[in-house]
Amino acid sequence: MGVAIHVDNVTKAYGKNIVIQGLSAEIKPGEFFTLLGPSGCGKTTLLRMIIGFNTIEAGEIRVNDKVINTIPTNKRNMGMVFQNYAVFPHMSVRDNVAYGLKTRRIPKAERYRKADEILKLVKIDQYADRMPTQLSGGQQQRVALARAIVIEPEVLLMDEPLSNLDAKLRVEMRNVIKQIQHQIGITTVYVTHDQEEALAISDRIAVMNDGVIQQIGTPKHIYQRPANEFVSTFIGLSNLLDAECSGNVLSFEGGYQAPVRTLRDNVAGKVHVAVRPEEFTIHPESEAGIPATVNSSVFLGMTQHYFMTLNGGKEIEVVENSDLTDIIPDGSKVRLQIVPDKVNIFDAEKRTSLIREGV
Amino acid sequence: MRKRRYSPIWTFLALLILALFLIFVVYPLVLILYKSVVNPADNSFTLENFTRFFTRKYYTNTLLNSFSVTVVSTLISATLGLVIAYITRQYKITGSKWLNICIVVSYLSPPFIGAYAWIQLLGRNGLFTRIINQLFGIHFGGIYGFAGIVLVFSLQSFPLVYMYVSGALQNLDNSLNEAAESLGANNFQRVTGIILPLVLPTVLASSLLVFMRVFSDFGTPMLIGEGYRTFPVVLYNQFMGEVTNDSYFAAALCVIIMAITLVFFFLQRYIASKHSYAMSALKPMLPRPQRPLPKALCHVFVYLVVLVALLPQLTVIVTSFLKESTPGIFTTELSLINYETIFSKNPRIIPNTYLFGLAAIALVVVLGVLISYLAVRRKSVITSTVDTLTMLPYIIPGSVLGICFLYAFAQPPLALTGTAMIIIISLTVRRMPYTIRSSTAIISQISPSIEEAAVSLGASEVRSFGEIMLPMMMPGVISGAIMSWVTVISELSSSIMLYRASTQTLTVAVYTEVIRDCFGNAAAYSTVLTVTSVLSLLLFFKLTGRRDISV
Repeated sequence: MGVAIHVDNVTKAYGKNIVIQGLSAEIKPGEFFTLLGPSGCGKTTLLRMIIGFNTIEAGEIRVNDKVINTIPTNKRNMGMVFQNYAVFPHMSVRDNVAYGLKTRRIPKAERYRKADEILKLVKIDQYADRMPTQLSGGQQQRVALARAIVIEPEVLLMDEPLSNLDAKLRVEMRNVIKQIQHQIGITTVYVTHDQEEALAISDRIAVMNDGVIQQIGTPKHIYQRPANEFVSTFIGLSNLLDAECSGNVLSFEGGYQAPVRTLRDNVAGKVHVAVRPEEFTIHPESEAGIPATVNSSVFLGMTQHYFMTLNGGKEIEVVENSDLTDIIPDGSKVRLQIVPDKVNIFDAEKRTSLIREGV
Repeated sequence: MRKRRYSPIWTFLALLILALFLIFVVYPLVLILYKSVVNPADNSFTLENFTRFFTRKYYTNTLLNSFSVTVVSTLISATLGLVIAYITRQYKITGSKWLNICIVVSYLSPPFIGAYAWIQLLGRNGLFTRIINQLFGIHFGGIYGFAGIVLVFSLQSFPLVYMYVSGALQNLDNSLNEAAESLGANNFQRVTGIILPLVLPTVLASSLLVFMRVFSDFGTPMLIGEGYRTFPVVLYNQFMGEVTNDSYFAAALCVIIMAITLVFFFLQRYIASKHSYAMSALKPMLPRPQRPLPKALCHVFVYLVVLVALLPQLTVIVTSFLKESTPGIFTTELSLINYETIFSKNPRIIPNTYLFGLAAIALVVVLGVLISYLAVRRKSVITSTVDTLTMLPYIIPGSVLGICFLYAFAQPPLALTGTAMIIIISLTVRRMPYTIRSSTAIISQISPSIEEAAVSLGASEVRSFGEIMLPMMMPGVISGAIMSWVTVISELSSSIMLYRASTQTLTVAVYTEVIRDCFGNAAAYSTVLTVTSVLSLLLFFKLTGRRDISV
């Protein structure tokens, strides 16, 4: 059974440069929790505070309600998987995996038995006697994973573990990680800047920017109901359109109006409407909608992408499921309507969501 | 796959270089091999020289002596170098930048200068000896023989291990440390289980370099060894000696010492190939916080060792400004008399040193860059042969090379004995393997497609080499050249065999003055040498922006 981690109002500073200030989060037992954000947003810093490579300047981190701020890393019982694997180059695969058991003074026979068991779990038992240099990147990452989980840590931490792998291997390995994490039920904190990876692997995601958690939620929730414009544009693609809101009706340029049912009470004034490419519908010029001109199009098999310009000069992307009708030629004038229940609406000033809770 | 056809100019250059190496490396070596097994009376084959060596205790003892001073000095050097490299990489040591420069400086002076400076300090009449004897009322006779040799070699050689290990530690990614910690390793387990095994190959490789250097150095045991005769001393005496001068026996001695260095060379190669981990650190180790007491101890230790290592240089500089009452005894009177003497006595010495050094560097750089380019990018039987041949000087001790040259180039058509040319060539040959190794590393880091791009854009092969490869290699080549310069001007063991009065260089002058007990002049010459080295080194650091060097 996994442990809960409470990150309570923590601050990280390098001299006068404050990287994280007063950040809080709660990670549930056995959860796969991902810190997602652009590089330099503080996600790795937070992860390294949890394992103890970084000091905590203020606030506290608790594991199962025990404060761990001052416990040295080697006494924290957390496993970590590094971006560059950090497999010890002078030890065989088996010795690498058994190393953490060695430091815990577990007898040799026992630790090799356990190491071999885990190597089977991550499916590299056939390479147990090889040296790391004889392994591919993906295999080395499996060694790193095995080494981190064989010590039966309370928490598993992963710092961009897949970013050095090629695209195909990345997908394969993330399924391996997800499956193994599920199997052993260990609380896991995962750091990545790859949103697709985060969506695919996580139970919950914390989206970070500038040292601040922007939103915590399930992948589906974060994608469909982003808390602010940053999340909406960082996760997936959003076209941000200016609109005027009054009485639950959005008015766009060119006079197109769309009633919405998802807004909070009493929303009025200027808003930004975040429309994902698939949340547009394309209509002929004669119908209602936002006027747009097709610049170019790309056919991707399952979907048909259009790149369009609005009258104000704003460039947007629209996606339709491909069907048997003809592709709209470049230069065509069209009208765009939105799917009102799906789009997200943000305050034009504060850039935070105006959507009601629970829809 | 179809083999690409290259321009014939490369083959021509490779053949030219091959010819040079056959003349200046292979021919002298073959000659000495021949001389070692030939009976001068009737030109028949004989092993008499070797049996003479190995059956007489007088000679075999020198081998044993050589091995014991070398082994002990190497062990001390390796330990000191490793510990200091670890401390300075792992902890914040105040002034570590200057410490680093001091360590490198203490390495760059020729070992025999250390020997003669230590005689000034701990010899029969040394400054420290007198203080110790007065303080404790004892009759300490000075540090000569085994202890003296080991002291000089250890202090002079640990910087080499330090530089190599420091470089290896820098390439050790911090995540390996962190991984060990996250797996529960404490500090001791981390150092012994992860760091030590990872730098051990480097420690061994650099120790073997130290071993080969120390084993073949003759200046130090000559000066401070007194009755403790090592093998190179016997070799030198056998060759230069006024009493006995059996060139055939000397040739046999050369062959024996080369055989020994060859064994160690291959041992080093074997270890390096078996335990080399290609490491490159994304995030190098960060200084760890330390409690006050260990921190103070680390500082004291590092500063003490560096100070002791620098003592010879400091002694030399100070005494160069002192007046001698009788030869070898310094007064406390400050004067520039030593400098006046050396500048008036043989004014050619300093220009010689600079001239020969620069000429040798020019040759080394041009040939080195070409050879490594040919060996990496224009692989063929010829270029591979050249590449292998260039490693030969690596195993030839300087004094042996000097002797080989004397035998080989004494008569026409290549009567070079006594010329500046022979010294320049010997310096070039000695430095070549190091330059080629560093140039090869530089070239390997440049992607072949860069050149292919140039050719695809219409440049000829020669032009792409000149306009693309050379400029890209230049920064690395120049920093390598500065290091070569510093080592070349402090070279003694082959120059001492080859010099004439007109071709004396600084190191030779220091040595001959020391032998004549003219310590004042020797100190002045050494100071000029040290100042040159330090300035070159500062230039190197300035140009490259680096703090570490590789020799």
